[in-house]
Amino acid sequence: MYQELILEHYKHPQGRGLREPFDAEVHHVNPTCGDEVTMRVKVGDGGKVLDVSYDGQGCSISQAAASVLHELATGSTVHESLSVVDEFTRLMQGRGQVEPDEDVLGDAVAFAGVAKFPARVKCALLAWMAYKDALVRSQA
Amino acid sequence: MNAAAPFDVERIRKDFPILSRELPGGRPLVYLDSGNSSQKPTQVIETMREHLAQHYGNVGRALHVLGSESTDAYEGARDKIAAFIGAPSRDEVIFTKNASEGLNLVAYAFGNPVNTDERFKLGPGDEIVISEMEHHSNIVPWQLLAQRTGATLRWFPVTDEGRLDISGLDDLVNERTKIVSIVHQSNVLGTVNSVSPILARVREVGALMMLDCSQSVPHQPIDVTELGVDFVAFTGHKMVGPSGIGVLWGRKELLDAMPPFLGGGEMIEAVWMDHSTYAPVPHKFEAGTPPIVEAVGLGAAVDYLTSIGMEEIKQHEKELTGYALEALQEIPGLRIIGPRTVVARGGTVSFTLEGIHPHDVGQILDDVYGIAVRVGHHCARPLHLRFGIPATTRASFYLYNTTAEIDALVRGLHHVQKVFG
Repeated sequence: MYQELILEHYKHPQGRGLREPFDAEVHHVNPTCGDEVTMRVKVGDGGKVLDVSYDGQGCSISQAAASVLHELATGSTVHESLSVVDEFTRLMQGRGQVEPDEDVLGDAVAFAGVAKFPARVKCALLAWMAYKDALVRSQA
Repeated sequence: MNAAAPFDVERIRKDFPILSRELPGGRPLVYLDSGNSSQKPTQVIETMREHLAQHYGNVGRALHVLGSESTDAYEGARDKIAAFIGAPSRDEVIFTKNASEGLNLVAYAFGNPVNTDERFKLGPGDEIVISEMEHHSNIVPWQLLAQRTGATLRWFPVTDEGRLDISGLDDLVNERTKIVSIVHQSNVLGTVNSVSPILARVREVGALMMLDCSQSVPHQPIDVTELGVDFVAFTGHKMVGPSGIGVLWGRKELLDAMPPFLGGGEMIEAVWMDHSTYAPVPHKFEAGTPPIVEAVGLGAAVDYLTSIGMEEIKQHEKELTGYALEALQEIPGLRIIGPRTVVARGGTVSFTLEGIHPHDVGQILDDVYGIAVRVGHHCARPLHLRFGIPATTRASFYLYNTTAEIDALVRGLHHVQKVFG
């Protein structure tokens, strides 16, 4: 579960901190463990994701997942990044039975082991669900 | 049963089959989560199995042999529990689902229009007093009561050391106070609260007092008469009994004055289409078919605890706690949330590790060492807010734990620090 890549992102989070400008901001909480994340997205022309900025507190899984998301989503498009979110969600909800598509997921494939721990799946998904929510709001 | 044999933890461990099971990967189990729920000895498991296999019937209403044997066992359990907590009368022992139900039952009696007893009148201007170290089950029922009635909810603060701050006692508990409900032993800090100074003030102002004893009844001798309060709630599953059964003890004349909490079968005296009269306590508060086998199991649990000796259990846990406090404080970056000495505290030790989230601590302890601890806010979120932390890791000890298990915990924590170092 604690892959080197997850620990690396936890110790050295990428793109952490809330930045301007942004189109939408959301705050998501995992009530069972108190993990929380605030997330902002800025979308430019052609649906290009210009920035994903975030702040939060929680376990290594939830915080590393936010960091990996930042790397994967920033610079891609809304459409592309949503397909990564979908693949990541499928992996996390697969109870360890899903073979992840590494081409789509990139570094996020490191979280495959988390899927075997139902109690921790929500930790991994927290930032990703917040991102999806923020995108929906930014398009509204 | 008398406590005769000296305390022998290895012999006690043999009574708990689960303690010798292996976890996946061949890890032994190190169970340090008894504050959450305790494990069960063969004596309890077998008594419940035997009851189901040989005696089971509904209680109080079946006239046949099984009904009578089941009723005897169920009511016999009440006698055992009454003796265990020093209740002056068996009728003062009410079976509930858990401690939460006991607390809700008492809260429901206040500000209730069908209750005309002066002591339970509650409305705007009246006050309810709890504390900042409560479990959610001793917070939310009182919040709901305050919302229903317009009464004001107040609370004792907690000191940096994790003790109840009663410096404002005379202001906090005053002539407007109707009920004070606090925890006897904190499920996070381990702190055992001193009841008598608060009770003296409660009596001075003519209020009532309730104690949440979920974490104290399992771990030390409790005599409700000696405590002197009006109500005590606790739960079976934390005291080597089954889940689904709890106890509310209350002074009989108060219970008599209180309205039923749940309506239904067996709580009545007579029913007409437009009104009913109620059975005397305890049955007034036991509507519907109760958790029969669970009550019988709880009876076996108090027999078991008595056979070991509550004073001996308390002493054993005190030794474990002293050992753990010393060993844990040597770990760099570890901060204990709660008293750092064994004075007036029980065997529950919560802590934070600098830079490492409790969920990661708990996960690695479990994955690598088979050590079961609890992580999170332990249903005491306001207390964690008080200390400015979202969560803690909590090790809680019981009669079957050993110093070797505490050594394992310390080794595990060093490993956690290495992973995140």
